[in-house]
Parts: sequence; C-alpha cells; structure tokens
Amino acid sequence: MRVLNLTVNGDATEVAAPAHWTLLEVLRYRMGLTGSKQGCDKGDCGACTVLIDGEPQLSCLTVAALAEGHEITTIEGLLPAHLRAGGEGPDPVQEAFDRCGALQCGFCQPGMILSARALLSENPAPTRDEIKAALSGNLCRCTGYTQIYQAVELALAEATGAEPASPSWAPGENPWAKTPEGNARPAVGAAGLTEGTGVAPSGGDSRTNGKAH
Amino acid sequence: MLRLPKFEVAAPQTVDEALALLAEYGADAMLMAGGTDLVPNMKHGLFEPKLVVSVSAIDELQGVAIEDDGTLVIGAATTLQAVATNDEVRRRAPAFAQAAGLVAGPQLRRMGTVGGNVMLDTRCQWYNQTHFWRKSLGFCLKKDGSLCHVVEGGSKCVAAASNDTAPTLMSLGAKLVFARRNSEGQVVRKTLAVDDLYKSDGAFNKKVAGDELLIAVRIPAGAPQHRGAYGKLRDRGSIDFPLLGVAVRIDLDDAGAVADADLVAVALQARPIRLKKAAEALVGNTPGKPGWDEAVDAAAEAAYGQCHPMPNIPGDHDYRREMVPVYVRRTIRAAVAGEGPVHHV
Ligand SMILES: Cc1cc2nc3c(=O)[nH]c(=O)nc-3n(C[C@H](O)[C@H](O)[C@H](O)COP(=O)(O)OP(=O)(O)OC[C@H]3O[C@@H](n4cnc5c(N)ncnc54)[C@H](O)[C@@H]3O)c2cc1C
Ligand code: SF4
Ligand code: FES
Ligand code: FES
Repeated sequence: MRVLNLTVNGDATEVAAPAHWTLLEVLRYRMGLTGSKQGCDKGDCGACTVLIDGEPQLSCLTVAALAEGHEITTIEGLLPAHLRAGGEGPDPVQEAFDRCGALQCGFCQPGMILSARALLSENPAPTRDEIKAALSGNLCRCTGYTQIYQAVELALAEATGAEPASPSWAPGENPWAKTPEGNARPAVGAAGLTEGTGVAPSGGDSRTNGKAH
Repeated sequence: MLRLPKFEVAAPQTVDEALALLAEYGADAMLMAGGTDLVPNMKHGLFEPKLVVSVSAIDELQGVAIEDDGTLVIGAATTLQAVATNDEVRRRAPAFAQAAGLVAGPQLRRMGTVGGNVMLDTRCQWYNQTHFWRKSLGFCLKKDGSLCHVVEGGSKCVAAASNDTAPTLMSLGAKLVFARRNSEGQVVRKTLAVDDLYKSDGAFNKKVAGDELLIAVRIPAGAPQHRGAYGKLRDRGSIDFPLLGVAVRIDLDDAGAVADADLVAVALQARPIRLKKAAEALVGNTPGKPGWDEAVDAAAEAAYGQCHPMPNIPGDHDYRREMVPVYVRRTIRAAVAGEGPVHHV
C-alpha cells in the first residue's frame, strides 16, 4: 500500500492504494468515481477512457502510481470544469449527447464524451471522418454510432455557431438546434439521468451499505 | 475484471538509475514504457515481475531529433502519436510514420511508445488469453506448458511478431541504441541493426536480454528520391493488431527507375521477414513505364511464394495468404505515388 498524490478533476487528492492497482481501480474503488467504466479491462473497448493532461488515455492500462504529477480528468470533472470556465450547465459535448440521444445503455458514453471533448479541444473544426477516427477507440454496442457522430457535430455547431464541415442535416435545418422555446426536439435523455454527466450511477455501480453490487 | 499481479513500481529519472535497478533486481524486474503490451500481458498472468521499472520519466528517452547528416533519432519512450503526427518523420520516413499511425486506436497511440513497439512480445491466439483460459487448454510451450497448439508436434514456438513499426524500421535500415550495465557496473552502450534484433523464436524473438534498455531508434537519411508506404490488413479499421503488415521502401534514380527496394512483412512468423525476391523484381523498372505493371505483379507473386501465414494469430490463415499479393501490390503503388497507408477501410 502506498499513498498516491493524484490530481483528479482539478483537485489534489491523497489516496492509499497498492502499487499494482490501475488508475481505473483507484478511481472506481477508492474514490467512488464510477463514471469511468470497467469494460474489457485490457485496452480493447475505451469504456475506461480518461483525459491525462488533456489526452484521452485508457485508465485500465495505466498504473495509478505512474499517474502522479499528471492532470486526470474523468467524466465527473467535465461539468465542474465547464462551470469554472464560466459556462452554464454541462459541457457542450455532454449537452449535445443528451439532446441527440447519443446513447442506449450508456456504458460507452463517458469514454465517448471524453474522446470527443479531447478532439474538439484540439481540432475546432473536425470533419466527419476526423470525428470517426478520434472516436474509433471507443466501442459502442448499442447505438450504431450515427447519433454519437451527430452529437459531436451538434456540439461543434453550437460552439462555433457555424454548420459543421459535413453536417448530418440539411443546411439551416439542424433538428437539434436550440430555439427560443427550448429544443426543437425534446431531449431524449434528461440531463443528470444519463451516464454522460457521471452524476447518477448506472445499475451495477449503485451502492448499498457502502458496497458496489 | 482483470486484476494485475502484485508488483512494486519505480520511475527512475535517468538511464543510469534505470540500469542500476535492472542490475539489482535481475530477472525480477521488467521495463515498462506505455504499458499497453505489458499491462494486458501481466493481467493474463504471462509476466509476474516483482518490480516494474517505468521509463516514462527519463528525459533522454523522449522526443525526435535530426542530426546534421539527416539521421532521424527517435527516443525510445516517444509516443506513437508523436511520431505519427511529426511532419519531419512523415516526410523522411513515411512508411514508419504511417505504421505508427495505424497501431491500435487513438488512446493506445497516446500511451504506447516506439520502444515498446520495437520490443513488443510476440502474439498467438493460444497465448494472449487469461490464465484460466490457458490453463483449461493445458497451456503451451511459450508459457507454462510443453506443446504447441499451432504446429502439431512442434518443438518451437511460432507466435507472430505483430509490431507494425518493426518491418518499416527494417526496410529503412534503422539502428537501435541499447544500454546496459556490465559485470563491473559500468554503463555500456551498443548499436544494433533492427534486422539483427529479431530471431525466429516465438518464445522470445529478440537477441537482447531483459537488462538492456533501448535508448533510441536511429533512422539513416533516405535516398534523395526515397519512397515508402505501409500496408496493414486487419478486421476493423481501428484497435486491432495486424493480420498482415507490409512495409515498402523504394529508392528511385534520377531517371525515375527503381535503383533499390526493400519489402518486409510482419504478422506471419516470429520475426518480420524480408521479401528479397519481391524487391528484386522491382529493381531496374520505372514506375508508369512499360514493364512496370508486370514488375509489380512479379513482386506480388514472389511475396505470395514466400509468405505462409499460420493459424498463430486470429484471422483465417488462407485468407491472410491470399491477401499477401494484394497488399504487396497496393503498398508498392501507394509508395511510388507518395501515398499510403494502405488500409482497407
Ligand atoms: C487493444 C490493443 C491493440 C493493439 N494493437 C496494436 C497494433 O495494431 N499494432 C501494434 O504494433 N501493437 C498494438 N498493440 C500493442 C501496443 O499498444 C503497441 O505495440 C505499443 O507500441 C507498445 O508500446 P508500450 O510503450 O505501451 O510498450 P510496453 O507495454 O510498455 O512494453 C512492451 C515491451 O517492451 C519492453 N520495453 C518497453 N520499453 C522498453 C525500452 N525502452 N527498452 C527495452 N525494453 C522496453 C517492455 O519490457 C515490454 O516487454 C495493441 C495493444 C492493445 C491493448
Ligand atoms: S505458437 Fe502459440 S500455441 Fe504454439 S507455443 Fe507459441 S504461443 Fe503457444
Ligand atoms: S476497460 Fe479499458 S479499454 Fe476496455
Ligand atoms: S450506448 Fe450501449 S455501448 Fe454505447
């Protein structure tokens, strides 16, 4: 056991864990940050994606002790970071995933959103092909990906006020654009209930008597 | 859930400190860079070091530099993402940059390093499995057992070299700089051609020991009319290891004819293999001129004759064989056109 000094979602934390624990294990089982999902646990699926110094990496293959000294961002950190930066509500990528209904079971969503967040921070105007490439390390077994790509394009359109380079809607007919009355289309998932904010635990991650079940 | 076996971690800041730890712990220590090969392997019970020595904090192992004579020097712990997106690397060693850009998926390329890729363990569908899975099958020669499931009655492991950058580095005549501590405790460095690193033994396909630290990869300046490309066959457009990889280097002379060529394939046997006859078929011919298409076909045919994929890695081996001439042809064409990588999606 050793005490690790980790910087998670902007906060410096001291957490005790064995040297052979992965960052994913420390996040989930020491810090209660169950937004990062334990999928394959061996690098294949991307469900455990976190940002390390802003870059999407896999927490299931990261030895936690070696993450000391780096900025770790999990899905739980996106909303507070957006608020700290003067924004309102969730990060635009989270908001767009919610409005496009870019999920079914939601298991892939935290990783998807973090990969998309990293892409948009690095490339302010990605094409559909660049979006696909950036998300190609995140597997989704439910959606068929289309709404996920649309959500990234929506986040892009809202952030820049421009139509994306290869929009999935006709010019000027963005079906998800915000109108004065609210959304043109009702949001599919209510913010806060989807995995995307990391606020509400998904089934397997909810706790009774302090134990994951 | 896949738990790691117990180990301690050290993150030395210098080459000397890392080598001191390797000398002290001997076979109980293992080097780790991005951990994208070693961590899954440890989770599968394939390696159980007492000490993991991370090389990530050693400055000397980071970054890309260009020497006066045009040699590209790439620190062993430079990430695949960094080389794949580096303009100088893309211009001077296109096949290598393309191969690095096709390794695994986006997150893994930001963790995985060039050194880790060169030193990647060989792969086999009977080996890269959990301990429970392997035990149920009675293990195999490479780890914990005494027989091979790929070659019936075989006494030698034929697990496949599956590192995408290795064949490109071979085709580029790259050299590797290693450091170790000798028995007197002095740090000694040696330079080894990539060609001479690998051997045809799937159990361990390298001629260096566990106490040798890869410092850098040196890629000599290419010919003035250097052309290169990498072709990779795999199931999906991302994440998957190669089912076949083909690296092509072509040097053109002033008249545009092929003065020299090298083709190397990976994901077949325990080491990347040089396709000598395929390269010879191209020399003397001029892309776009009469005879070129026949030369490319002859190269593809020669490669088909030499490559015999085995059921060591996933993917139907007959299919992989039929794709050898296809990928050789396409990758040669991409190289002369200054394009690539060749990738089916
Ligand atoms: C899902 C998945 C898909 C993948 N797909 C591909 C693929 O398509 N193509 C491919 O080539 N690879 C693939 N990989 C493997 C791996 O991600 C890459 O090969 C990567 O380059 C390994 O680098 P690393 O730094 O993570 O190596 P590590 O895991 O850190 O190390 C690998 C080996 O090299 C040794 N080593 C590392 N650095 C040094 C050094 N400086 N000196 C001496 N020895 C050293 C280690 O001891 C270990 O034995 C994949 C991995 C996963 C999990
Ligand atoms: S080729 Fe595969 S099955 Fe045969 S010994 Fe090597 S790892 Fe084991
Ligand atoms: S859980 Fe980490 S990649 Fe699947
Ligand atoms: S929504 Fe179920 S895995 Fe993507």
